[in-house]
Amino acid sequence: MFQKWKDRIDVTDIVMWLIGLTLLSLVLWGSISTLRAGLYTGRHWVDFLIFGLAQGSIYALIATGYTMVYGVLKMINFAHGEVFMSGPFTAYFVAIALWQSDFLDNYPIIGLMIIFLSSMAVSTTIAYFLEKIAYRPLRGAPRLIPLITAIGASFFLQYLFLGLYGSGIQAYPDMEILTGFWMVAGVRILRIQVVVIIASVLLMVALYSFIMLTRVGKAIRAVSEDKEAAALMGISVDGMISTTFVIGGMAAGAAGVLYALMYKQVYFFMGFIPGLKAFTAAVLGGIGNIPGAMLGGLFLGLIESVGPSLFLDGLGIVAPYQLKDAIAFTMLVMVLIFRPTGIMGERLSAKKA
Amino acid sequence: MSILTTQGMTKRFGGLVAVNTLDLVVEENSIHSVIGPNGAGKTTLFNCITGFYKPEDGGVDFDDRSIVGLTPDRIVHRGISRTYQNIRLFPNLTAMENILVGIHCHLKSGFFGIVLKLPGTIKEEKEAAVEARRLLKFINMDGKGDLLAKNFPYGEQRRLEIARALASRPKLLLLDEPTAGMNPSETQSMMDFIEHLRDELGITIVLIEHQMRVVMGISDIITVLDYGKKIAEGLPDEIKKDPIVIEAYLGSGSAAEIH
Amino acid sequence: MTLAQSLWREGIKTGAIGGISVLAISLVGMVESFNKRDIIADFLSMGIAFIMVFGIILPYIAAKRTTRPEKHIIFLNALTAGLVTAVFPALLVILGNIINLRSMFVNASPVLYNLLTSGVEGVGGILILLLAGILCGAFAGLLFFLPGLIRSVIIVCLTSILAVGIVQDLIRPLFSSWGIMEVVSEWLFTQNGLTIAGTIFIPIFVGAIYMFWQLKGEGIKTRYNTLESGTQKSVKMSSFFVLAIFLIFLPHILGLFLSEVLTIVGLYILLGLGLNIVVGYAGLLDLGYVAFYAIGAYIAAILTSPAIGAFTLTFWQALPFAVMGGIFAGILLGIPVLKMRGDYLAIATLGFGEIIRILVLSDFLKPWLGGAQGIAKIPNPAIFGWQLSTPQEIYYLILLGCILVVFISVRLRDSRLGRAWMAMREDEDVAQAMGINLVSTKLLAFATGAGFSALSGAIMVSKIGSVYPHSFNVFISINIVCLIIVGGIGSIPGVIVGAAALVGLPELLREFADYRMLVYGAVLVGMMLLRPEGLWPEARHKMELHGEENGSDETQTATAA
Repeated sequence: MFQKWKDRIDVTDIVMWLIGLTLLSLVLWGSISTLRAGLYTGRHWVDFLIFGLAQGSIYALIATGYTMVYGVLKMINFAHGEVFMSGPFTAYFVAIALWQSDFLDNYPIIGLMIIFLSSMAVSTTIAYFLEKIAYRPLRGAPRLIPLITAIGASFFLQYLFLGLYGSGIQAYPDMEILTGFWMVAGVRILRIQVVVIIASVLLMVALYSFIMLTRVGKAIRAVSEDKEAAALMGISVDGMISTTFVIGGMAAGAAGVLYALMYKQVYFFMGFIPGLKAFTAAVLGGIGNIPGAMLGGLFLGLIESVGPSLFLDGLGIVAPYQLKDAIAFTMLVMVLIFRPTGIMGERLSAKKA
Repeated sequence: MSILTTQGMTKRFGGLVAVNTLDLVVEENSIHSVIGPNGAGKTTLFNCITGFYKPEDGGVDFDDRSIVGLTPDRIVHRGISRTYQNIRLFPNLTAMENILVGIHCHLKSGFFGIVLKLPGTIKEEKEAAVEARRLLKFINMDGKGDLLAKNFPYGEQRRLEIARALASRPKLLLLDEPTAGMNPSETQSMMDFIEHLRDELGITIVLIEHQMRVVMGISDIITVLDYGKKIAEGLPDEIKKDPIVIEAYLGSGSAAEIH
Repeated sequence: MTLAQSLWREGIKTGAIGGISVLAISLVGMVESFNKRDIIADFLSMGIAFIMVFGIILPYIAAKRTTRPEKHIIFLNALTAGLVTAVFPALLVILGNIINLRSMFVNASPVLYNLLTSGVEGVGGILILLLAGILCGAFAGLLFFLPGLIRSVIIVCLTSILAVGIVQDLIRPLFSSWGIMEVVSEWLFTQNGLTIAGTIFIPIFVGAIYMFWQLKGEGIKTRYNTLESGTQKSVKMSSFFVLAIFLIFLPHILGLFLSEVLTIVGLYILLGLGLNIVVGYAGLLDLGYVAFYAIGAYIAAILTSPAIGAFTLTFWQALPFAVMGGIFAGILLGIPVLKMRGDYLAIATLGFGEIIRILVLSDFLKPWLGGAQGIAKIPNPAIFGWQLSTPQEIYYLILLGCILVVFISVRLRDSRLGRAWMAMREDEDVAQAMGINLVSTKLLAFATGAGFSALSGAIMVSKIGSVYPHSFNVFISINIVCLIIVGGIGSIPGVIVGAAALVGLPELLREFADYRMLVYGAVLVGMMLLRPEGLWPEARHKMELHGEENGSDETQTATAA
């Protein structure tokens, strides 16, 4: 009888649920004790919230690139963080030139447009050639090979830009329209954060409409579903894969400028951590799923901003903000264990890659 | 005496019932064929018996003990082994290694036994190698043991897959379309081979097959599935004449694909 | 497309790739900083040699890719490729003289322009640059038409000059430690670059060996293979013996600096062999492998360091705890990922690795783990009262570890466990359907890999004497995965070659330090595109015919070490 029982019960499942429950109760307990202790006022929470949304919308933009590439190629484009870095790092020099010629002060909107466009152009070019040179010859190779290639490309691009532009951390010039804050109902809201959120939302809407409403978008979705069938229907698979990289590159280039404006820094390594985070966001949303990646990004941004204070402070953990990345990664692992298709779970991701 | 019975076995995929309250009795030392149009649930039946899928309802008894809910590796230990419709060898392992993986469930040596090469391990490995060579010879592939599985021609891959399944010394062998893609002479030798398995090794065989010549030629009993349900069962001659079977084969145009 | 375009397409296209590459290496500063070193004293600097490599290889590729059969068109394509390659840096020089590029590209300096134009001002310099491109192209074109053997001998000779020139700083001290060899060293090398004698002698020497092997190598191999197995065995045994003696004296031949590099490579071999079981054998892509390295290191540090003070065990007393801790962590972190496959597994393990690093780094655990300052004052290990403190001494400990781990790896590979892992790597579902218990088999792979990794971590901290959380970032994991794949996935000698190539070489070429990651990235991409099976691919074990030979794997162990 015991033998029968042992053969049939999945012990690992039980262990996993126990761990999950423990974490959940820790989070709940931490939140309750934080709130009861009243360490933070409502204004703090609004600050956390808006910062989280701004940060999350940048993650969301980068995450769309990861998720679309995963959709069409079933590979993790590890070098996407560098695509994200290359644009704003190059556009920094454009910004400085515009600033030195007073153009940026006189025509700030046009100036910003130029910066955005140049950043997007560079990121797009890098993404396009990355696919063409490094990934295209590897179609059909075993799964590990493109992943290593992507890692290699990531190092190469990082250190190429280090060599080209130097190792210093640069800051975009200050712009009057982006500094300062607005008072809304007695709460101070930083202008730059609002701009970041609005710009990201606009870009995401544009991107999503492109994918859902245009012919090219439809073709990309077809390639994500089934490359061979798409090719039989007369879709140029290579062309659509290139287009995917181009769109991902554009989103990353735009996200990069927003990041540079918000955090006031560009340097060769700036793509790594946001890249990893965006990737987490893509997984949270269900990799391969575009709206999922967007929501995942926002969610991750929020959790990272609110989480340390809310969950950890109440548990008596010192310097909880240091652990914000740990929260992000724990969430990643938990999602992978309990809901591998992501919060927006889509059929596509259930398929074996 | 029956070796395998299923009682009311049911497996659903979403709204689709792939196997529907199926009662199947396989007699010991028989060749039992399961036929039916595409999507009739034959491969799903195999997957349920071997534990790859867990049926929602019903029981599976093997050797008078229930095997429902056991993991596939436990079921192999009980004595059921299988092959696949689209050959699934370990492509980058040699033929020998493929067969040795099949013997895996009879090997006991643990981590330290292996690292220290204790006498038990050496003996066990030697015996396993002898057994594997014997099986290679049995499928007429001696001398080819050190070649990678992916480099063999189609027919040899089929035979190698059966040898791998035999390596676990099963009492019941499930063969999923063993003659698919074979020419008439290859098919004939496969048929002889299957009969040989039953006659010489005393293994009970359940066979999924599409070629009627094979089915009618070697089966002791035939079960016909359609839409997951058993629609007929009997001796080859009975099945040949059964109007329901003929109707199912000729009248089913658009059966849903389940594999 | 016009006829002219189609004729010269390859030349122009390949030349453009070469031109962009030359532009890139110039603008990242490689040409300029390498120029401080000479390959051939006062004649050829490393920077120029580097550009010439591009100037010759790409036209050669252009010639190879030209589809037209006419010889003159092939040759002219090579010439075009050389010219186009030179056009790009020429444009850079022209542009750089008109506007100041330096505010954007930090390395676009007059020194660079001067270098590219061989110090000649104005139009003359540009013409020299273009002419050099054409000459390189012509050389490549001629090379293409030479018969195979002569061509490869020329390539080997040129490569030998380049290679010896690059590593001359390592060779010279080696020679000078041997007394009489110092004379040879002075004859071959100056303080900066090869002498004329060296430039002539080294390629002749290397070329002769190469030619001998090309002409006679097959014969020797067949002669060896036709030897009776007893003689073969004794040949193997004696080469094993020679290797053992060589390994024992190696640190004394190499000297302090090279021994230090050797110990680092050794630690990575340990790590690589552990991950090879997880990734290479079992096919479980683990990107958080560094976590076990950290766990081993921290357990050893906490147990031995008086700075923490809770325990002050010796290295040998702490070692079993460190390894057991690693194994335990391997199982613990293995359980949640049992059901994940492929990319998901990679991501989840990457997440674990980062979580562990962040926790170690945090102020929250600082009282126990030292936070960002880490743990110091970790004692060196001792063998029978002999304190191992210099790299030359620690080397033996690491060598011992490597031999042990290679031994275990070989034994496991050729066992039922190894086969179960490889079956799982090939097809998890079928492996299970063949009776392999996925849970225990996977956990065993994680545990074994983690144990090796923890061993490496414990040795590492006792070697360095301190431990910091920053030594355990995700790049270590990635580096180990890469060295396995570059070496040849699943292959034990591959791990050793991979560690030497990816860890050893960058350590040796310290002048390249600024560019090592750049080159590393480019090499990874290039490897995957051109030779994805790795430098030393796994050879499948011959079992059917040689199965009875029990001695075979011991000798394999030896050659692998």
